[in-house]
Amino acid sequence: MDKRTILNSRHFEITLRRLASQLKENHGNFENTVLIGLQPRGIHVLARLRSILEEDLGTEIKCGQLDITFYRDDFRRREQPIIPSVTNIDFMIENLNVVLIDDVLFSGRTIRAGLDALLAFGRPNRVELLTLIDRRFERHLPIQPDYSGRTVDTLSSQRVSVEWVEIEGEDKVVLYTESK
Amino acid sequence: MNNLSVKHLIGIKDLTKEDIELIFQTADSFKQVINRPIKKVPSLRDITIANLFFENSTRTRLSFELAEKRLSADVVNFSAASSSVKKGETLIDTVNNILAMKVDLVVMRHPNPGAAKFLSERIDATVVNAGDGTHEHPTQALLDAYSIREQLGTDFKGKKVVIVGDIKHSRVALSNIFCLQKLGAEVMVCGPTTLIPKHIHELGVKVEHNLKKALEWCDVANMLRIQLERQDIQFFPSLREYSMQFGLTKELLDSLGKEIIVMHPGPINRGVEISSDVADSKQSIILQQVENGVAVRMAVIYLLAAQINR
Repeated sequence: MDKRTILNSRHFEITLRRLASQLKENHGNFENTVLIGLQPRGIHVLARLRSILEEDLGTEIKCGQLDITFYRDDFRRREQPIIPSVTNIDFMIENLNVVLIDDVLFSGRTIRAGLDALLAFGRPNRVELLTLIDRRFERHLPIQPDYSGRTVDTLSSQRVSVEWVEIEGEDKVVLYTESK
Repeated sequence: MNNLSVKHLIGIKDLTKEDIELIFQTADSFKQVINRPIKKVPSLRDITIANLFFENSTRTRLSFELAEKRLSADVVNFSAASSSVKKGETLIDTVNNILAMKVDLVVMRHPNPGAAKFLSERIDATVVNAGDGTHEHPTQALLDAYSIREQLGTDFKGKKVVIVGDIKHSRVALSNIFCLQKLGAEVMVCGPTTLIPKHIHELGVKVEHNLKKALEWCDVANMLRIQLERQDIQFFPSLREYSMQFGLTKELLDSLGKEIIVMHPGPINRGVEISSDVADSKQSIILQQVENGVAVRMAVIYLLAAQINR
């Protein structure tokens, strides 16, 4: 397995701060905006952005965690069912602006399911998508991010892994390639 | 391990502890879903489920139907009272005819013990047992244990549960014994000698004929209904005498000096096995059991449907 680091911890931090600034530019003081992280890995991006933004703005931002297991389109098409994670949204998103947040955008199917799952919490005014890594050229659906940390060109056989200091011990993004 | 070890849910006896815990974990997620404004997920939109009820039921049939609909499955209902069974059709013929309409999963309640197993060996669809005679009622046991877990925590070790009443005719009792023991709880049965099966202690349960002693021992009391429809001979002199000896009243509950949890699988004979004030008291979790029933059945159907080949 070939390993290449796409973002090291310094660039990781810079990228997150840039994304936070872009969000601030479009959403001001986040009065009518909620941030929703997709389980299982998008919630880490959410947690970081949230702490950067709350420190900057000095106010609390409404955030939630969304699990899309029951909305997937590959149920009964994969070997093992996926164990669901927790959905934690204790407010209605009726008429609010929603920013969906995930770590890696690949086929777009997770986001499609996320949009479905979101409907259970009301009709949002507007939904945007933020991803830390955008693997363009790999899309199965017409879904594009509004905010993207880094765009990478990859083969579908490659794997992109976002690692966190809280879990893996270091902030970085790694591209794995099957060696021949 | 994200898969159940079984293809059908015939009885708790066939499940492993890991299976039961997987069902509970999945049910936790579904419980969140059914408490949202929109209580539905699209997981099973390409699955058709037949509910075959050869015996009367309110709670179980409604609960299964709601669970299936909240998973977005297509549902057909069948009850023996208004069907060709009355004209002499056999079980296999009835079911094969329904399966010819391309049904993926069958939920069945039947008055004969073993009916669900019989069916699962002969048809090409997943079978969920919703009660077969006096044998097992696995989803009831799962929701009972799930409700206990909600009250007392996930570790069942050392938890004491007494099942009171008509053990002999109760599929709920047998399934509950298997389920609670697999999870590590201690189980006692309590009732008149005539309603306790002779060799039940071989299942590793304690037997007690004095309700007060049983209640003093336990953390949870599961009060069963007297199943008059299955009693072909008289097992006790009168309902009044039964209720005086084995009915749970407020005075008895208050005399224990500790708070126990009171459960009942329904339907309740108020004033027989449980008095009205106990059934409606805050110690009773009867309605939570019903709510959890939908979540647990969603989990069971979801996990079984995940194994159906496309």
